Amino acid sequence: MLQMDEIQKRLLSEVSGLHDVPTGAYNLRANGVSAGRQSTANIEIESKKDVSGLEIAVKDGTKNESIHIPVVLSQSGMSETVYNDFHVGADCDVLIIAGCGIDNCGSQNSEHDGIHRFWIGKNSKVKYVEKHYGSGDGSGKRILNPVTEVYMEDGSSMEMEMVQIKGVDSTDRRTKAELGADCHLVVRERLMTHGVQEAISVYEVNLNRDGSSADIVSRGVARDRSYQKLDLKIVGNAVCSGHTECDSIIMDEGRILAVPSLEANSVEAALIHEAAIGKIAGEQLTKLMTLGLTQAEGEEQIINGFLR
Amino acid sequence: MLELRNVSFAVNDTEEKEIVRNLSLTVESGKFVVITGPNGGGKSTLAKLIAGIEKPTEGQIFLDGEDITGLSVTERAKLGIGYAFQQPVKFKGIRVFDLLKIASGQAISVNEACVYLSEVGLCAKDYIEREVNASLSGGELKRIEIATVLARKTKLSVFDEPEAGIDLWSFQNLVRIFEKLQKETQDSSILVISHQERILEIADEIIVLSGGTVEQMGTRDEILPKILGTEAAASSCARLSDRRD
Repeated sequence: MLQMDEIQKRLLSEVSGLHDVPTGAYNLRANGVSAGRQSTANIEIESKKDVSGLEIAVKDGTKNESIHIPVVLSQSGMSETVYNDFHVGADCDVLIIAGCGIDNCGSQNSEHDGIHRFWIGKNSKVKYVEKHYGSGDGSGKRILNPVTEVYMEDGSSMEMEMVQIKGVDSTDRRTKAELGADCHLVVRERLMTHGVQEAISVYEVNLNRDGSSADIVSRGVARDRSYQKLDLKIVGNAVCSGHTECDSIIMDEGRILAVPSLEANSVEAALIHEAAIGKIAGEQLTKLMTLGLTQAEGEEQIINGFLR
Repeated sequence: MLELRNVSFAVNDTEEKEIVRNLSLTVESGKFVVITGPNGGGKSTLAKLIAGIEKPTEGQIFLDGEDITGLSVTERAKLGIGYAFQQPVKFKGIRVFDLLKIASGQAISVNEACVYLSEVGLCAKDYIEREVNASLSGGELKRIEIATVLARKTKLSVFDEPEAGIDLWSFQNLVRIFEKLQKETQDSSILVISHQERILEIADEIIVLSGGTVEQMGTRDEILPKILGTEAAASSCARLSDRRD
């Protein structure tokens, strides 16, 4: 195994499901330094020269390969900004698993800001999974402010799964995508905030050429006194179709602001948005209670299902 | 055995309205009891009072001699009361398999869960991973609702209009389900709210509820001839033609 302590191993397992060295290309970053890296014949990972971060190049025609780039932070007071650039060639089909786990037992804030940029070549398919997780009972905050930018060439598609379920005190997520002709972008975001956490998630997706489409669904649960702001924007500049959906459950004294917005700059743009915020439906709880669950167990099942 | 003693239930909108009035009845262990009667007679409210979803304003409810009047929905479920909703509840993200697992109260396998689906006439492999949401038809949701009650294997199962939304083929299946349920769980009782003649025909006892109280009560042979052809015991065709009016 890579050189990591038990806390780092636990964080790694939470954000990437990894217990050991992954197969394929990977770079593991622990407390600000690379703890292990591997390139493959088709995927090259190199450190950036000017700033902290990686240059990742995927050769044309690379199929069924994966890239893991997890980050773990277990040192209180650590603050870093990392720039990772992905250059995916044409006709590829790859899986990219990122994610950051922070454990902060100290009194100073720990922060990781990952700036990820993707250039996706013609007719390529990319699945991107990003999980964020925080733990530790120190008074220092766990902060994650990821920026994701996607530039898609004609005929390419990308599926993004963004998950932040637990333990991140403050997050400000910015995601931007530019789509070419016949490109498809699917985003599934799941956010849960508790305590006094704050999460802001902003999307701007530009459908620039004919035949492009985007489907962005964000599901959130705000518990205790936490706050979420979801701002999903799709801009249709051509013959295109776009759909955004903000679906949120609010509990306790949680607050949620949903700001779905659509901009059509072509009469051929077909854009739809949906937004709903509400508490857990009473009849759902009642049904689960008639099956023998307590109210708290029922709520847990409903939230687990909702965020699946 | 379930016993209701002088149970009343009133709601307070602009003025107090009694939906169930001083109602007493007993469902013996091992019996199949059907409650019928005109719409608005208090039948669904009675089912909710038994499941604990509504609390009586007066009177007491006993299960096997234990006073359960003050117990919650969860506590009653754990004591062995099953309840199938008239309008099945839809979820987001909860799958048919999840619901059957929760209902059975243990970590059942997919194969075990499939048995319950097959019993309600659903091809298990097509449904087990489906979410219990609006993508399912009313009839499918209703059958899944019944399957969740089967999976609980409770000593008292309450079904509120189980035939609503189910086509005639599965209607026959439904009658078979009730027969099997009784055979499998020794001394279990089934309480069904229904107007359907074909369900009334297999009842051990029939209770006619009207105006929130028991109008008639007795064995099937005593009661059925008196109510045939009325609103309380309609044949499927009659009910269909009612709807067309």
